[in-house]
Amino acid sequence: MSVTYQVQTFAAARELLGSPVSITLPRGAKARDLRQQLLVDFPALATLKDFAIARNEAYALPGEILEAGDELVIIPPVSGG
Amino acid sequence: MIDVRLSGDDLDLSTCYDFVQDPACGGIALFVGAIRNHNQGEEVTHLEFSSYDGMALKEMRKIAEAASEDYGLAKVALHHRKGELKIGDVAVIIAVSSPHRKAAFEGCAYVIDELKKHVPIWKKEFRADGTHWLNARP
Repeated sequence: MSVTYQVQTFAAARELLGSPVSITLPRGAKARDLRQQLLVDFPALATLKDFAIARNEAYALPGEILEAGDELVIIPPVSGG
Repeated sequence: MIDVRLSGDDLDLSTCYDFVQDPACGGIALFVGAIRNHNQGEEVTHLEFSSYDGMALKEMRKIAEAASEDYGLAKVALHHRKGELKIGDVAVIIAVSSPHRKAAFEGCAYVIDELKKHVPIWKKEFRADGTHWLNARP
């Protein structure tokens, strides 16, 4: 069984990919799996210095298990202030 | 007490100052971040902030809570702009109050340092040599 997630983008990631993007992962996939699959499906992401994954409005730890309906966002390096 | 805001309108220094005033506090520290006219040797004409608002407000609150706890601050106001800004416009205001000045200075510095590291707000600079999302590329 697999789950398709909609992943939102902002700033430099939105310019590279548009928003949102769809990613399909096996059920039980973790945040680190999402990050790896994003780099496979969208190699342009590798041109960023780095990016994090946000899950439900907080930084996701690599080992966090994703659930259907999660709000997922690619977070490029931030530059507020 | 904490007041965090992400605003499309001009930020107001006296709103932040008034919020943190406290009869038990002898020290108030304020930081104002403004848009400067150059970066990395290039002239900057204006810039644009993009933000993931829901998470940005949560992260701003977490930072203010950590600062209150770690530095013993009584009150923290953290206001950030979004949208398009001109040179000289105010991007961020931080106001903190504490019984003593040292904690106020250090707590205020902590808040701006952490904001720059963690809050999902992005700055796009418009310069003579093109447009750049700051920090985005290696």
